[in-house]
Amino acid sequence: MILWMILGMSVVTLVPRFAPVFIMDRLELPPWGRRWLAAIPYAALGALIIPGIFTVIDGKPWAGMAGGAAAVLAAWLRAPIMVTVLIAIITVLLISHL
Amino acid sequence: MAEVSERITISGRGKMFRKGFVAGSPIIFGYIPIALTYGVLAYQSGLTLFELTFMSAAVFAGAAQFLGVSMVAAGVSAVEIIIAVFVLNFRHFVMSLSFVNQMKAHAKKRKLPLTLFLTDETFAISSIHKKEAKEPHAFWFYGGVMMAAYSAWVLGSLAGGLLGNVMPKALSDSMGIALYAMFIGLLVPSLKTSIAVGGIAGAAMIINSTAQWAGLTAGWSIVIGTILGGLLGVFLLPDEEEEEE
Repeated sequence: MILWMILGMSVVTLVPRFAPVFIMDRLELPPWGRRWLAAIPYAALGALIIPGIFTVIDGKPWAGMAGGAAAVLAAWLRAPIMVTVLIAIITVLLISHL
Repeated sequence: MAEVSERITISGRGKMFRKGFVAGSPIIFGYIPIALTYGVLAYQSGLTLFELTFMSAAVFAGAAQFLGVSMVAAGVSAVEIIIAVFVLNFRHFVMSLSFVNQMKAHAKKRKLPLTLFLTDETFAISSIHKKEAKEPHAFWFYGGVMMAAYSAWVLGSLAGGLLGNVMPKALSDSMGIALYAMFIGLLVPSLKTSIAVGGIAGAAMIINSTAQWAGLTAGWSIVIGTILGGLLGVFLLPDEEEEEE
Protein backbone atom coordinates (compact mmCIF):
# COMPACT_ATOMS: atom_id res chain seq x y z
CA MET A 1 0.00 0.00 0.00
CA ILE A 2 2.74 2.43 1.01
CA LEU A 3 4.71 1.46 -2.11
CA TRP A 4 1.75 2.34 -4.36
CA MET A 5 1.43 5.67 -2.60
CA ILE A 6 5.13 6.34 -3.16
CA LEU A 7 4.78 5.48 -6.85
CA GLY A 8 1.81 7.88 -7.08
CA MET A 9 3.85 10.62 -5.40
CA SER A 10 6.65 9.90 -7.85
CA VAL A 11 4.39 10.17 -10.92
CA VAL A 12 2.75 13.47 -9.88
CA THR A 13 6.21 14.90 -9.10
CA LEU A 14 8.09 13.65 -12.17
CA VAL A 15 5.46 14.35 -14.87
CA PRO A 16 5.40 18.14 -14.23
CA ARG A 17 9.22 18.06 -14.15
CA PHE A 18 9.67 16.51 -17.60
CA ALA A 19 6.49 17.71 -19.38
CA PRO A 20 8.16 21.03 -20.40
CA VAL A 21 10.65 19.07 -22.57
CA PHE A 22 7.73 18.14 -24.84
CA ILE A 23 5.80 21.40 -24.47
CA MET A 24 8.76 23.62 -25.36
CA ASP A 25 9.50 21.35 -28.31
CA ARG A 26 6.21 22.30 -29.96
CA LEU A 27 6.19 25.92 -28.90
CA GLU A 28 7.97 28.69 -30.77
CA LEU A 29 8.14 31.34 -28.07
CA PRO A 30 8.02 35.05 -28.89
CA PRO A 31 10.91 37.16 -27.48
CA TRP A 32 8.77 38.33 -24.54
CA GLY A 33 8.13 34.67 -23.65
CA ARG A 34 11.84 33.98 -23.56
CA ARG A 35 12.43 37.06 -21.41
CA TRP A 36 9.78 35.77 -19.03
CA LEU A 37 11.49 32.37 -18.78
CA ALA A 38 14.87 34.05 -18.34
CA ALA A 39 13.45 35.96 -15.35
CA ILE A 40 12.01 32.82 -13.69
CA PRO A 41 15.27 31.91 -11.85
CA TYR A 42 15.42 35.30 -10.11
CA ALA A 43 11.72 35.26 -9.27
CA ALA A 44 12.02 31.69 -7.95
CA LEU A 45 15.01 32.63 -5.78
CA GLY A 46 13.05 35.56 -4.32
CA ALA A 47 9.99 33.43 -3.60
CA LEU A 48 12.13 30.66 -2.09
CA ILE A 49 13.94 33.03 0.28
CA ILE A 50 11.01 35.09 1.62
CA PRO A 51 9.01 34.39 3.72
CA GLY A 52 10.56 30.93 4.34
CA ILE A 53 13.74 32.30 5.89
CA PHE A 54 11.78 33.71 8.85
CA THR A 55 10.81 30.20 9.94
CA VAL A 56 14.30 28.64 10.05
CA ILE A 57 14.10 28.53 13.86
CA ASP A 58 10.53 28.11 15.10
CA GLY A 59 9.29 31.20 16.90
CA LYS A 60 12.55 33.09 16.36
CA PRO A 61 12.19 34.94 13.04
CA TRP A 62 15.14 37.17 13.91
CA ALA A 63 17.49 34.16 13.86
CA GLY A 64 16.68 33.54 10.20
CA MET A 65 16.88 37.27 9.47
CA ALA A 66 20.33 37.51 11.06
CA GLY A 67 21.54 34.48 9.11
CA GLY A 68 20.11 35.99 5.93
CA ALA A 69 21.76 39.35 6.59
CA ALA A 70 25.10 37.62 7.18
CA ALA A 71 24.66 35.72 3.92
CA VAL A 72 23.84 38.90 1.98
CA LEU A 73 26.93 40.59 3.39
CA ALA A 74 29.19 37.62 2.63
CA ALA A 75 27.82 37.24 -0.91
CA TRP A 76 28.13 40.99 -1.48
CA LEU A 77 31.83 40.73 -0.57
CA ARG A 78 32.14 37.95 -3.19
CA ALA A 79 32.55 35.05 -0.78
CA PRO A 80 32.20 31.66 -2.48
CA ILE A 81 28.75 30.13 -1.91
CA MET A 82 30.13 27.48 0.44
CA VAL A 83 31.67 30.20 2.65
CA THR A 84 28.41 32.19 2.56
CA VAL A 85 26.54 29.08 3.73
CA LEU A 86 29.00 28.40 6.57
CA ILE A 87 28.89 32.02 7.79
CA ALA A 88 25.08 31.92 7.83
CA ILE A 89 25.02 28.63 9.78
CA ILE A 90 27.44 29.96 12.40
CA THR A 91 25.44 33.19 12.72
CA VAL A 92 22.17 31.32 13.33
CA LEU A 93 23.87 28.92 15.73
CA LEU A 94 25.18 31.85 17.80
CA ILE A 95 22.03 34.00 17.63
CA SER A 96 19.54 31.27 18.47
CA HIS A 97 21.52 29.90 21.41
CA LEU A 98 22.64 33.06 23.12
CA MET B 1 43.80 10.26 -34.23
CA ALA B 2 40.23 9.19 -33.71
CA GLU B 3 41.32 7.48 -30.53
CA VAL B 4 42.94 10.64 -29.22
CA SER B 5 39.91 12.82 -29.84
CA GLU B 6 37.74 10.16 -28.24
CA ARG B 7 39.84 10.32 -25.11
CA ILE B 8 39.66 14.11 -25.07
CA THR B 9 35.88 13.94 -25.32
CA ILE B 10 35.63 11.52 -22.44
CA SER B 11 37.91 13.54 -20.19
CA GLY B 12 35.89 16.63 -21.20
CA ARG B 13 32.78 14.92 -19.92
CA GLY B 14 34.45 13.83 -16.70
CA LYS B 15 35.82 17.30 -16.14
CA MET B 16 32.42 18.89 -16.71
CA PHE B 17 30.79 16.37 -14.40
CA ARG B 18 33.30 17.16 -11.66
CA LYS B 19 32.81 20.90 -12.19
CA GLY B 20 29.08 20.42 -11.89
CA PHE B 21 29.47 18.30 -8.78
CA VAL B 22 31.58 21.03 -7.16
CA ALA B 23 29.06 23.71 -8.19
CA GLY B 24 26.30 21.59 -6.65
CA SER B 25 28.19 20.75 -3.45
CA PRO B 26 26.63 23.55 -1.32
CA ILE B 27 23.37 21.62 -1.77
CA ILE B 28 24.95 18.63 0.00
CA PHE B 29 25.42 20.79 3.10
CA GLY B 30 21.83 21.90 2.99
CA TYR B 31 20.34 18.50 2.25
CA ILE B 32 22.17 16.30 4.78
CA PRO B 33 20.48 17.62 7.95
CA ILE B 34 17.07 17.72 6.24
CA ALA B 35 17.51 14.20 4.84
CA LEU B 36 18.54 12.87 8.28
CA THR B 37 15.48 14.47 9.87
CA TYR B 38 13.27 13.09 7.11
CA GLY B 39 14.71 9.60 7.63
CA VAL B 40 14.03 9.73 11.36
CA LEU B 41 10.49 11.09 10.92
CA ALA B 42 9.62 8.61 8.17
CA TYR B 43 10.86 5.70 10.27
CA GLN B 44 8.82 6.91 13.25
CA SER B 45 5.78 7.21 10.95
CA GLY B 46 6.03 3.49 10.29
CA LEU B 47 7.83 3.36 6.94
CA THR B 48 10.44 0.65 6.57
CA LEU B 49 14.05 1.53 5.73
CA PHE B 50 13.43 0.37 2.17
CA GLU B 51 10.24 2.42 1.81
CA LEU B 52 11.69 5.64 3.13
CA THR B 53 14.83 5.35 1.00
CA PHE B 54 12.78 4.36 -2.05
CA MET B 55 10.61 7.45 -1.53
CA SER B 56 13.72 9.66 -1.57
CA ALA B 57 15.00 7.96 -4.71
CA ALA B 58 11.66 7.98 -6.57
CA VAL B 59 10.26 11.37 -5.50
CA PHE B 60 13.37 13.45 -4.67
CA ALA B 61 11.45 16.38 -3.20
CA GLY B 62 12.12 17.33 0.41
CA ALA B 63 9.06 19.30 1.45
CA ALA B 64 6.69 16.89 -0.34
CA GLN B 65 8.22 13.88 1.42
CA PHE B 66 7.88 15.53 4.83
CA LEU B 67 4.27 16.27 3.99
CA GLY B 68 3.77 12.70 2.77
CA VAL B 69 5.15 10.95 5.85
CA SER B 70 3.40 13.29 8.30
CA MET B 71 0.11 12.60 6.48
CA VAL B 72 0.81 8.86 6.64
CA ALA B 73 1.34 9.23 10.38
CA ALA B 74 -1.96 11.15 10.64
CA GLY B 75 -3.78 8.38 8.75
CA VAL B 76 -4.69 10.49 5.69
CA SER B 77 -5.68 8.54 2.55
CA ALA B 78 -3.12 7.89 -0.20
CA VAL B 79 -5.16 9.79 -2.80
CA GLU B 80 -5.26 12.93 -0.66
CA ILE B 81 -1.52 12.66 -0.04
CA ILE B 82 -0.80 12.31 -3.76
CA ILE B 83 -2.93 15.38 -4.61
CA ALA B 84 -1.19 17.42 -1.91
CA VAL B 85 2.22 16.36 -3.27
CA PHE B 86 1.20 17.34 -6.80
CA VAL B 87 0.19 20.84 -5.65
CA LEU B 88 3.34 21.30 -3.59
CA ASN B 89 5.67 20.21 -6.41
CA PHE B 90 3.90 21.99 -9.26
CA ARG B 91 6.41 24.85 -8.98
CA HIS B 92 8.98 22.53 -10.57
CA PHE B 93 6.89 22.68 -13.75
CA VAL B 94 7.51 26.42 -14.00
CA MET B 95 11.19 25.96 -13.18
CA SER B 96 11.49 23.19 -15.77
CA LEU B 97 10.02 25.45 -18.49
CA SER B 98 12.82 27.90 -17.75
CA PHE B 99 15.51 25.20 -17.57
CA VAL B 100 14.40 23.57 -20.84
CA ASN B 101 14.51 26.99 -22.51
CA GLN B 102 18.05 27.45 -21.21
CA MET B 103 18.97 24.03 -22.68
CA LYS B 104 17.14 24.53 -25.97
CA ALA B 105 20.25 23.79 -28.07
CA HIS B 106 20.50 20.28 -26.63
CA ALA B 107 18.82 17.01 -27.65
CA LYS B 108 15.65 15.85 -25.95
CA LYS B 109 17.35 12.68 -24.70
CA ARG B 110 19.82 14.91 -22.84
CA LYS B 111 17.28 17.34 -21.40
CA LEU B 112 14.71 14.80 -20.28
CA PRO B 113 16.81 12.91 -17.73
CA LEU B 114 18.07 16.18 -16.25
CA THR B 115 14.56 17.57 -15.73
CA LEU B 116 13.68 14.53 -13.58
CA PHE B 117 16.16 15.79 -10.99
CA LEU B 118 14.91 19.39 -10.84
CA THR B 119 14.35 20.58 -7.29
CA ASP B 120 14.32 24.14 -5.98
CA GLU B 121 18.01 23.78 -5.23
CA THR B 122 19.27 22.01 -8.36
CA PHE B 123 17.25 24.47 -10.46
CA ALA B 124 18.69 27.45 -8.57
CA ILE B 125 22.29 26.30 -9.12
CA SER B 126 21.72 25.23 -12.74
CA SER B 127 19.90 28.38 -13.80
CA ILE B 128 22.52 30.71 -12.34
CA HIS B 129 25.22 28.69 -14.17
CA LYS B 130 23.59 29.42 -17.53
CA LYS B 131 26.90 29.90 -19.41
CA GLU B 132 27.54 26.15 -19.17
CA ALA B 133 24.39 25.49 -21.26
CA LYS B 134 26.35 26.75 -24.27
CA GLU B 135 29.01 24.06 -23.86
CA PRO B 136 28.71 20.80 -25.81
CA HIS B 137 29.06 18.82 -22.56
CA ALA B 138 26.42 20.85 -20.71
CA PHE B 139 24.61 17.58 -19.92
CA TRP B 140 27.54 16.39 -17.83
CA PHE B 141 27.87 19.65 -15.95
CA TYR B 142 24.21 19.78 -14.95
CA GLY B 143 24.31 16.04 -14.35
CA GLY B 144 27.09 16.67 -11.84
CA VAL B 145 25.03 19.33 -10.04
CA MET B 146 22.08 16.98 -9.84
CA MET B 147 24.02 13.91 -8.74
CA ALA B 148 25.63 15.89 -5.90
CA ALA B 149 22.15 16.77 -4.64
CA TYR B 150 20.57 13.39 -5.36
CA SER B 151 23.26 11.30 -3.69
CA ALA B 152 23.20 13.51 -0.57
CA TRP B 153 19.41 13.27 -0.40
CA VAL B 154 19.07 9.51 -0.88
CA LEU B 155 22.05 8.50 1.27
CA GLY B 156 21.12 11.06 3.95
CA SER B 157 17.57 9.66 4.13
CA LEU B 158 18.88 6.13 4.50
CA ALA B 159 21.32 7.26 7.20
CA GLY B 160 18.53 9.03 9.08
CA GLY B 161 16.36 5.92 9.08
CA LEU B 162 19.28 3.69 9.98
CA LEU B 163 21.06 5.71 12.64
CA GLY B 164 18.36 8.04 13.97
CA ASN B 165 19.17 11.70 14.26
CA VAL B 166 22.91 11.65 14.89
CA MET B 167 23.29 15.39 14.59
CA PRO B 168 22.96 17.57 17.69
CA LYS B 169 19.59 19.36 17.49
CA ALA B 170 21.12 22.83 17.85
CA LEU B 171 23.36 22.17 14.86
CA SER B 172 20.71 20.63 12.59
CA ASP B 173 18.28 23.48 13.46
CA SER B 174 20.89 26.08 12.61
CA MET B 175 21.76 24.26 9.40
CA GLY B 176 18.20 25.02 8.33
CA ILE B 177 19.58 28.37 7.13
CA ALA B 178 21.98 26.61 4.70
CA LEU B 179 19.70 26.43 1.66
CA TYR B 180 18.44 29.98 2.20
CA ALA B 181 22.04 31.18 2.41
CA MET B 182 22.76 29.30 -0.81
CA PHE B 183 19.82 30.99 -2.54
CA ILE B 184 21.08 34.35 -1.30
CA GLY B 185 24.61 33.50 -2.46
CA LEU B 186 23.20 32.78 -5.92
CA LEU B 187 20.98 35.85 -6.09
CA VAL B 188 23.27 38.59 -4.76
CA PRO B 189 25.95 38.50 -7.51
CA SER B 190 23.23 38.86 -10.21
CA LEU B 191 21.62 41.60 -8.17
CA LYS B 192 24.85 43.57 -8.09
CA THR B 193 25.04 43.72 -11.88
CA SER B 194 21.36 44.30 -12.65
CA ILE B 195 18.71 46.35 -10.85
CA ALA B 196 16.10 44.44 -12.89
CA VAL B 197 17.05 41.24 -11.04
CA GLY B 198 16.37 42.96 -7.72
CA GLY B 199 12.98 44.15 -8.96
CA ILE B 200 12.00 40.68 -10.17
CA ALA B 201 13.14 38.89 -6.99
CA GLY B 202 11.61 41.58 -4.74
CA ALA B 203 8.27 41.37 -6.52
CA ALA B 204 8.27 37.58 -6.14
CA MET B 205 9.05 37.91 -2.40
CA ILE B 206 6.16 40.33 -1.88
CA ILE B 207 3.67 38.32 -3.97
CA ASN B 208 4.60 35.02 -2.29
CA SER B 209 4.37 36.54 1.21
CA THR B 210 1.04 38.20 0.43
CA ALA B 211 -0.42 35.02 -1.00
CA GLN B 212 0.64 32.95 2.03
CA TRP B 213 -0.64 35.65 4.38
CA ALA B 214 -3.96 35.57 2.53
CA GLY B 215 -4.20 31.85 3.31
CA LEU B 216 -2.96 30.13 0.14
CA THR B 217 -0.75 27.07 0.60
CA ALA B 218 3.01 27.56 0.34
CA GLY B 219 3.00 25.47 -2.85
CA TRP B 220 0.58 27.69 -4.79
CA SER B 221 2.03 30.89 -3.33
CA ILE B 222 5.51 30.06 -4.61
CA VAL B 223 4.09 29.20 -8.05
CA ILE B 224 2.17 32.48 -8.24
CA GLY B 225 5.10 34.52 -6.91
CA THR B 226 7.47 32.94 -9.42
CA ILE B 227 5.16 33.35 -12.42
CA LEU B 228 4.09 36.93 -11.66
CA GLY B 229 7.53 38.04 -10.46
CA GLY B 230 8.98 36.57 -13.64
CA LEU B 231 6.48 38.54 -15.74
CA LEU B 232 8.25 41.72 -14.62
CA GLY B 233 11.22 40.36 -16.55
CA VAL B 234 9.27 40.77 -19.80
CA PHE B 235 9.55 44.53 -19.28
CA LEU B 236 12.85 44.76 -17.41
CA LEU B 237 15.18 42.20 -18.98
CA PRO B 238 17.06 42.68 -22.26
CA ASP B 239 16.53 40.18 -25.08
CA GLU B 240 18.67 37.07 -24.81
CA GLU B 241 20.75 37.92 -27.87
CA GLU B 242 21.75 41.30 -26.43
CA GLU B 243 22.46 39.71 -23.08
CA GLU B 244 25.01 37.36 -24.60
CA GLU B 245 27.18 40.17 -25.95
